Amino acid sequence: MTRYARPGTVEEALDLLGDGVWRILAGGTDFYPSLGDRPIRCNVLDISALSTLRGIRETDTGYVFGAATRWADIAASSLPPAFDALRQAAREVGSIQIQNAATIAGNLCNASPAADGVPALMVLDAAVEVRSREATRRLGLSDFILGNRRTALRPGEMVTAVIVPKRAARGGSAFVKLGARRYLVISIAMAAARIGAAPDGTIIDAAVAVGACSAVAQRLGFLEDALVGRRIDGDLGEAVHASDLAALTPIDDVRGSAGYRREAALEIVRRAVRAAAAQPAGGDLAA
Amino acid sequence: MSMDAARISFSVNGVPVVVEAPPARRLSTVLREDLKLTGTKVGCDAGDCGACTVLVDGEPLCACLVPAARIEGTQVRTVEGLANGALSRLQASFLAHGAAQCGICTPGLLMAATALLERSPTPTEDEVSDALGGVLCRCTGYRKIVRAVMEAGRQPRALDLRLPEAGKAVGAAPVRLDGRAKVTGAEIFGADGIPADALAVAVIRSPHHHARFVLGDLAAYAARHRGIVGIYTAADIPGVNCFGTIPAFADQPALADGFVRFRGEAVALVAGERDAVRDLDLSAFPIEWTPLPHVLEADAARSSEPLHETRAGNLLTQGFVERGDPDAALAAAAVTVSGAIETSYVEHAYIEPEAGYAEIDGDTLVIRACTQAPWMDRDETARVLGLSPANVRIVPTATGGGFGAKLDLSVQPLIGLVALKTGRPAALVYSRTESMTSTTKRHPASMRATIGADADGRVVGMVFDGEFNTGAYASWGPTVATRVPIHASGPYLTPHYRAAGRAIHTNGPISGAFRGFGVPQATIMQETLYDELAGRLGRDRLEFRLANALRNGSVTVCGQRLESGVGIVDCLEVLKPRWDEALAAADAFNAAQDGVRRGVGVASCWYGCGNTSLPNPSTIKIGLRSDGTVVLHQGAVDIGQGSNTVIAQIAADALGVPLAAISLEGGDTAITPDAGKTSASRQTFVSGRAAQAAATALREKLLRFANVSSLAVLDLVPGRLVIRDGDAARSLDLSALPVDAGGYVFSATESYDPPTAPLDAKGQGSPYAVYGYGAQVVELEVDLALGTVRLVRITAAHDVGRAINPLLAEGQIEGGIAQGIGLALMEEYVPGRTENLHDYLIPTIGDVPPIDTILVEVPDPEGPFGAKGLGEHVLIPTAPAILNAIRHATGVLVTKVPATPSRILAAMRARGMGR
Repeated sequence: MTRYARPGTVEEALDLLGDGVWRILAGGTDFYPSLGDRPIRCNVLDISALSTLRGIRETDTGYVFGAATRWADIAASSLPPAFDALRQAAREVGSIQIQNAATIAGNLCNASPAADGVPALMVLDAAVEVRSREATRRLGLSDFILGNRRTALRPGEMVTAVIVPKRAARGGSAFVKLGARRYLVISIAMAAARIGAAPDGTIIDAAVAVGACSAVAQRLGFLEDALVGRRIDGDLGEAVHASDLAALTPIDDVRGSAGYRREAALEIVRRAVRAAAAQPAGGDLAA
Repeated sequence: MSMDAARISFSVNGVPVVVEAPPARRLSTVLREDLKLTGTKVGCDAGDCGACTVLVDGEPLCACLVPAARIEGTQVRTVEGLANGALSRLQASFLAHGAAQCGICTPGLLMAATALLERSPTPTEDEVSDALGGVLCRCTGYRKIVRAVMEAGRQPRALDLRLPEAGKAVGAAPVRLDGRAKVTGAEIFGADGIPADALAVAVIRSPHHHARFVLGDLAAYAARHRGIVGIYTAADIPGVNCFGTIPAFADQPALADGFVRFRGEAVALVAGERDAVRDLDLSAFPIEWTPLPHVLEADAARSSEPLHETRAGNLLTQGFVERGDPDAALAAAAVTVSGAIETSYVEHAYIEPEAGYAEIDGDTLVIRACTQAPWMDRDETARVLGLSPANVRIVPTATGGGFGAKLDLSVQPLIGLVALKTGRPAALVYSRTESMTSTTKRHPASMRATIGADADGRVVGMVFDGEFNTGAYASWGPTVATRVPIHASGPYLTPHYRAAGRAIHTNGPISGAFRGFGVPQATIMQETLYDELAGRLGRDRLEFRLANALRNGSVTVCGQRLESGVGIVDCLEVLKPRWDEALAAADAFNAAQDGVRRGVGVASCWYGCGNTSLPNPSTIKIGLRSDGTVVLHQGAVDIGQGSNTVIAQIAADALGVPLAAISLEGGDTAITPDAGKTSASRQTFVSGRAAQAAATALREKLLRFANVSSLAVLDLVPGRLVIRDGDAARSLDLSALPVDAGGYVFSATESYDPPTAPLDAKGQGSPYAVYGYGAQVVELEVDLALGTVRLVRITAAHDVGRAINPLLAEGQIEGGIAQGIGLALMEEYVPGRTENLHDYLIPTIGDVPPIDTILVEVPDPEGPFGAKGLGEHVLIPTAPAILNAIRHATGVLVTKVPATPSRILAAMRARGMGR
């Protein structure tokens, strides 16, 4: 017999995880499709009753997204403009039906190269809180997602929160998704940008990430460095060069060629950077 | 290995319920199987289609992704809860606007829209799109859905069915007669009526494109799994293990015998109790595969080992049409243009996967399944199972979209075999992936053509050559090969012409019938060349088409003289004002914009209605019962297009009774005569003519019985028929009259077969009795940096001869356009790669722009009340008009569809544009 458990507390969940092999069921939006026609052959740990894992809290040092916070909750949240990219991404995670079920941590644990939430969380310097019965550890997003469908999660562990530090919750942000249809579409490429400037208009904080163009979404460090020090009211699109995207490793597939992805990524990065800078909060770090 | 059941309490539509179910069971299964609430539909089991959308505590969720345990204590609302005695305003609005066609996606749309309307009672179009973006519809093109939701608040709860009075049915737009069940969830589709005690059937399919296989110890496998009743293979098939829609080309085994020719081919059946089969891991089935070399491209297949021994060069068949001397005409032409176009496999992607069940009734095998062709199902299934056709009865369920693929057998011989072997009802519901891998596709085409014109802009000649990848088995490949050369000229006068269409076998998915039988592909070739030709001649593109359009008295490329009813000039002329406005708007837009360019494109279609030079009769029966009801045996299967309503409208007017007096019997082969297949845009025309004839014959019987003149007026009241003729009135007591075996006091059965003439070796003859015509103007914008396309508006003019039901005709046009958009911009089926509805993309509600429909009525004397077919025509112009508009915007023609952003940008870069 396979087991199904729906514990009421995180501690119970961690105890179960410590004692056996489980597949964690959060929103179900990746769990069920991955079954295909096959029956369930694993023990299922349903974390939907862990009410403490749901919701967004502001602390002295950051913003804590409970692991089971749904994308619909994020889309409807009133967070500072630095989170606009994340809210825009939230509205692109599948359909409304998906957003009403799918969770922030599920998107990370599924570790799809095309996960819509990842670039926006990357530009927020998000960290992942991972707990086991024995310990709690915190990993940067790029230390957590290791590859296509691969994470740093160890046996007995589960993600309990995604944390955005206060220092990254500054400036304006934007998310651009490129797909071959309007709704419910896996991205060909996507970009998120967050830009913050001093009161005199000098950019002092820039974060840019691209998804679906490498096994794991990537921050564009060279570009970020190039943006810092520029004026926020200039044409920042001109600051974006193909060489800034050199580390991307896009693939050829039915959604687009590698060459197309590379070229389109450059364009949507420009658009994301421009849109982030154009936000009122872009020039106001007090926001 | 299964999970222990848990006790789960929640409420459904306000009623508390308790179910015992495994906690990880999908809510969709709990609703449909445990609670028998089959209004919630399952289209993909992956959250990709939204058909199973229900409200849980007020929020829309895909029920296929919700574990049963999670609904403990919640309030679930399903489509069955919307009506509450009377239809909700939204349900009524769906019917009033014609927003439900086949109805399979309707429950999901209604639930998603209900959640929106509770939050925002008068939503904007953008709000509607955002709310419904996760529910796919393949029939309607979404435009009527958008309007139905936006205007739901203004919809009176008491729905006006708009049923016309006697003599006024043709041309009216009543609410579809079968509509109510589609919005309440009461409609029974293939998967909805399965008895609880039916055996479930699972199909073992090939994971390889080409392979030999050896079956292992089946008895041991069966013995290891409790609840397995039997395993069946090719060796168990009692009849001829070979089927195909065209008997002369039949070549497909129901269960493959030792080797397979395509990925997804069925090799064995496992039948057992439902829970046992659900819990089976089919990957452990004892079978050993030896993959063999395979070929997926038609070009390569020409020089490969034949898939079928007798078909050298993998040539299934070739169609050929030649008229005049095209080589000399092109040599003498002032201007010639040449090009090549490639298209991809396109999946029908109806939201209802194939489903049904079989049971034994005395000496008859009864199959209740979704279908487009009950009589063909009957005869083919009988042959495979070694039964007399008279001992097979097909009862079509409601069919959740077809578009051609449900013309072929799918579940029928498989469930039939299990029912025969076990004596128990046997059911099979294809999964989405199973449906996509095993059923037919639109043929990928590789086409070349040259067209020439004289200095005055008259087309003088054309040559066309098309290879169509027909996949592993024949299906409708011969029809595509035949139809394409007849139609590849487009509706234009082409005095010198040669066209060949070849259907080539590969180890790809079977290509079969898909709305247009190859003509949509061929029209892309011809219409894009017409744009180039107009450009070379310096002519306006629409004027150039008008100058060359067929007219009454024109002779086609088959040498058929079209005496009357040629409506293409009317269609193009009626588009002219919009064309001129659109060109001006594009110029103004482009003068003011950087980065985005607007383009305008036009393309035409013509399409012969009915089988090509082959008999295809329809028979319709209509009868009067002693209680005064008129029963129409409506055998023209309604797969959403509206034949239940259209055929009844024709019958009502021919009989001379109000539409409301007519009740329908469906296409059950035991009680309803053969009205042919729902295919080839033939039902309104062919079955319509049969219905007209049957109803007229019944009317004559009644008038003769009452001894009154043909001007008499019929009035049906319960149990009586009152006939008024001038001042005289006769009242017949129907209950006093003898009743025939069918239960009728009067009845008539009539057939109609369109007059056609065979084609000779050069394709000369009269392939069709009636043609329909149309043209569409597409306005769009191309993002020059990303290659993305935004459709702005489509204006469609279609000559339907006579719009029997203008609302349904519009619905066909909008739905066909949506499929044309998919063909042009996003749909590409790759076996092994896009076998689901998230990798295979069809248009969503946000991908179909406003559509202005202009119904043109140039009557054809052959059609009922002048009507022509429409169903396939509507898809044909869309893709070429889109490609022409992209070229107008960017200067580049994309020569492989779909024109994805990646391909559009590549085409621009190849021409040195941008960067």
